[in-house]
Order: sequence, then C-alpha cells, then structure tokens
Amino acid sequence: MGGGSSFVYPVMNNWTYNYYHATDVQVNYQSFGSSGGIKQFTVKTLDFGATDAPMNEEQLAEIKDEVVHIPVVMGAVAVTYNLPGIKKALTLSGDTVANIYLGKIRKWNHPNIAALNPDVALPNADIVTVRRADGSGTTFIFADYLAKSSAEWKSVVGVGNSLEWPANSIGGKGNEGVSAQVQRTENSIGYVELVYALQSKLATAAIINLAGNAVLPGVKSVTAAAAELDTVPEDLRMSITNAPGAGAYPMAGVSWVVARKKMDSTGKALALKKFLDYVLSDESQAVADQLNYSKLPPKLLEPARAKIKEISGKN
Amino acid sequence: MPGSPEILNADNRTPRVRPFKAVGSHILKRNDRIAFGVSLGSGLITVALLAGILYQLIFLSLPAIQRYGIGFLFSTEWDPVHKHFGALPFIYGTLVSSTIALLIATPFGIGTALYLTELAPKRLRGIIAFVVDMLAAIPSVVYGLWGIFVLAPFMQESVAPFLQKYLGFLPLFQGRNDGVSMLTAGLILAIMVVPFITAISREVLLTAPADLKAASLALGATKWETIWKVILPYSRVGIGAGVVLALGRALGETMAVTMLIGNSTEISASLLRPGYSMAAVIANEFREADSAIYLSVLVEIGLVLFMVALVINLAARVLLWRMRGVAKN
Repeated sequence: MGGGSSFVYPVMNNWTYNYYHATDVQVNYQSFGSSGGIKQFTVKTLDFGATDAPMNEEQLAEIKDEVVHIPVVMGAVAVTYNLPGIKKALTLSGDTVANIYLGKIRKWNHPNIAALNPDVALPNADIVTVRRADGSGTTFIFADYLAKSSAEWKSVVGVGNSLEWPANSIGGKGNEGVSAQVQRTENSIGYVELVYALQSKLATAAIINLAGNAVLPGVKSVTAAAAELDTVPEDLRMSITNAPGAGAYPMAGVSWVVARKKMDSTGKALALKKFLDYVLSDESQAVADQLNYSKLPPKLLEPARAKIKEISGKN
Repeated sequence: MPGSPEILNADNRTPRVRPFKAVGSHILKRNDRIAFGVSLGSGLITVALLAGILYQLIFLSLPAIQRYGIGFLFSTEWDPVHKHFGALPFIYGTLVSSTIALLIATPFGIGTALYLTELAPKRLRGIIAFVVDMLAAIPSVVYGLWGIFVLAPFMQESVAPFLQKYLGFLPLFQGRNDGVSMLTAGLILAIMVVPFITAISREVLLTAPADLKAASLALGATKWETIWKVILPYSRVGIGAGVVLALGRALGETMAVTMLIGNSTEISASLLRPGYSMAAVIANEFREADSAIYLSVLVEIGLVLFMVALVINLAARVLLWRMRGVAKN
C-alpha cells in the first residue's frame, strides 16, 4: 500500500497493474500529492510514499525511523510560450527565465532574450507570466533550477512547492490550467511538467545547460541529466537540476519511493522489495520510457537497486 | 378528469381519515416514538457535527494563530518558502468576488422568478423553471472549464475592452487584462447562484395572496405597479433569505473560482486584475503543504472562511428579522 506523487501516478498505475498480472500480488497506489504521501507514510497509513522532492530535514525529524530514498523514474519541467508567428523553438537561459519571472525582463525583445535568439524576430510585447497555483513538484524543480542560475532568485524567492511570486503573474491550476492559460494568452510564458508538454505537443524552449549547449526538453535529454553526474550522494537525495553533461537538460528531477529501513512486518518488507526490484528492472524502466517518462541512467539505476536491499523486516 | 377516487380526493383536498383502528394505537405510539427519536437524533447530530468541525478547525489552526497572531488577517504577504503568511488577499478576493456575484445575480434571479410567476405563459413556465434549475445541477468544474475556454476569452476580447473604453477612468477597470480576473470569477459565481435566488424567490412569490393582487389591480394599479408595490414588498423577506443562501454558496465555491480568478495574491482596486479566494488557496496548496505550520495556516484560513460565512449569515438573519418586524407593522 503506497501513495503520494501525482506525477508518477500514471506510470505507477501501469507498473502495479503489470505486476499484479505477473505475480498475483496487488500493490495499491493512490495519488494525493508528494507532501500528502509523505504525511501518510510518516503516520504509517502507507507502507511507502512516492515524492518528487526528497524529504526535507523537518520531515525526516518527524518520522524518527530510518528512511531510504529510492529513485524510480525521472521527470522534467518544460518552459512553454505563446508567441504568434514564431515557429522556431526559442532558446532561453536559467538567468533569463529567472529575470522574466522576477519581473526584471518585461518585454520579449529585451536584449537578453534577443542575444540568445539572434535569428528570431521577437515582438515588442509585454511578457505575461503564467505559473502553477497549486503546490507542485513541478514548481519545486523549476525554482530549484532558477535558484542555481540566479542569485537573486535564490535570495528573494527561494525553492519550494509553492512560492511567493514576485511579479504579477497568473496562477493556473495544474498542468492543464497553466497550459490552457498560455495557449489563450498571446505573448505569455509558462512552465509545465514535461510528460504533459510532450503529450499536448506544446511549444517548448531549449534551455542553455551547464556545458553551454541549448538543449530541448525530451525523454533522452532528461535521462542524460543524471548520466554524467560527478558524484551520487550516498542517500540518493540529490537534485539534478543544472546537471553537467553536453546533452543534459537542466530542469530535470528525480522521483523517489520512500520506505522505512526497518518495516513493522517482515512479509510486507519482502513484498515491497520484490515490487521495487520489478520497478527498477530494465523491462519496467522501458515501460516508463514509452509513457514519456525518462528512465534512470545506469549511474543512478545501480545505486538505486542496491538501496532496495537496505529494507528489511523487524528482525 | 377521469381517475381513481384517491386522486380525486387529493385534488379536492377533502381530508381523508386514516383507518387508525385497524393499525392499533399502541403500534402508532411506538412508531411515533421512533420517528421522534430519529428526528431528534438527526437534529442533534447536525449540531454536534458543526461543533466538531469548529473545534477541529480551531485546534488545528492554534499553531498558526499563536505564531502570526491577529496580524495574520491584515498581512498581504504569502511566502511559503520563508513561512511568512497573511490572509488579507484571500479574504479580500472572497468578499469581492461574492459581492460581484450577488450584484449581478440578485436582479437576474428575482427578475426570472417574477417572469415565471407573473408574466410567462403557463406552458413556458415549466420549461424555463426546469432550465434554470438545471443550472444548479451543473458541476462547478464544468463551469470552470467553460469559463476558461469561453467566458475568459470573451471577457478579455469583448467585455474588458468595452469597459475600459467607456468606464476606464474608474480605478475599477484599469490595468492589464488577461481574461482571468476578479470580474470573471464574480460572473461565473453569479451564473452559479442565480438558480438559488430564482427557485426561492419563485416559491415565495407564489405565496403572495391572490386577493391582494386582485385588490391592487381593481384599484387601477397596472401590472407593473402591482408587482413593484404589492408583490415584491410582500415577498422581500423570503427573497432576502434566498439571496443569503446564494451568498453562502458563492463564498465557499472553490473549483470554478480557482480556475478563473487568476490565483494571484495581489490586491488591486481593478476588477480586471487577477485575485485569489480563501477556498481556492486551501484547495490549491493543501496537497503539497510541506511543513506543519504551513498546514496550520491553511486550516486557519478555513476557520476564517467559516467565521466570515457565519457572520454574514447572522447579519442577514438579523436584517431579515427586522424586515419581518417592519412588515408586520
């Protein structure tokens, strides 16, 4: 019995369904948001949680037991926009996006944007910023990347599931709310979850990564974001925004399953370990790929598989 | 009209005596006691539920109340990252959007009810009443979707430019207009609450005694004068109750509002700018509230919403009660 992140829900649903047919073991996953999943997991309503942001220190302190974070799939945030007549994909940098949302870049033909897009005729129009109104892991990844790209964003806005938005911006509810608002509003910019952007075929911007290349968001460029990490932290609670690697898309993130190292029931511990082995199998990761999720690169898959072994029953 | 004796009986309103003796009086007493117990129980449970919800709201919001104090109600800051919270933008948004809704819905609702009871041809009455009632049956998320794709673009492209052209000197209609706004949210709320006002007003207007109307017409009053000077004053207490009910619905409406209000914590005099409401912020941020104090703050907003609804309801009751007193004199 698990639950949490609504982002992983479609792929989790697929995995639990296939797993049930292969093994006759039923794993129940409910989608009520990452923070909700962690809360329910903390009070033991759930055997495992799933989250798009690693548990923070406050949450870890509250749970008392030792917890493992096991990456299961990767996601990313795409910057989408509505500029009538412009066919070519825009290129933006983290700093530029931060300044747009901070309200310091107000026009599309601002020199910073023009410098990144020398061959695009940018309109002299006000930029309308659209963002998520509901607390979301998408906002978390977006803000995490902007904080790494802009010192001002880091000090003024910070990183979280919900933010205090500096300039006057419109809040859309959910990915569909943001995307509907962007599609209706000329000269607007917004950010949505990558799976959603790919499925809805939205116009997305290429983002300049750490290596200086403009990379379009896509399933492969997201996997690439974790492929060339210098170090993977021992507890696997890492941020992979602004990751190194020539082809790495910088606004990428990991979704984790969180579980207790010592579970109350040995039977449940064994069942969960088997299910997680299945989730991290090459076959299941390929399923994720088909659903427009990004699979884990070997660099992350190996330590993740090893982490599963740390789960056990009471004795 | 041919029919069974029972139906004729009902039509003629002749009191039919139940065959008491066949049932037996002791059984009746027992049934009475059961019915009495069930009604009393239901009543008490409702009161207990309300008390329980209030207790929970206060208990869960205590950490936020202790940390932010009364200033919470007057602060405009909303920064979950640095844990600075204030509820004013949400209180403001809820009150403004609901006021817009009532200003638009009340004349429409009463007008529809008057048409249905006094003016419409008999055949049309049933159809129109049914359609108006149907408005109340549409789920609010459907209103929200319709709002995003139809109403918001219409507001942005037609209504707002018109307002800005002719009334743009008023602060109410200034600033950039993105379609989603306080006005759009108020308008969708108005559409949602019209059926409440219409349904109750209709029932109340129907109770206006026919001899009063006849007397007014006989004295030479026109139909319009009769409606304006006789029927409406007679019904105003009941119509007021309908408006209060509609207000309650408007204050708490969440889904359609959050889809159309723009969800921005700015407080602007302009109705064309986006805003936020109490119900909307709770629904939006509750799922991913990642600290205990954040959660407590959201519960406190729930408490404030509860209180606002309570105060407005009580005030309206007092007002209606006074009006009733005047009406009797």
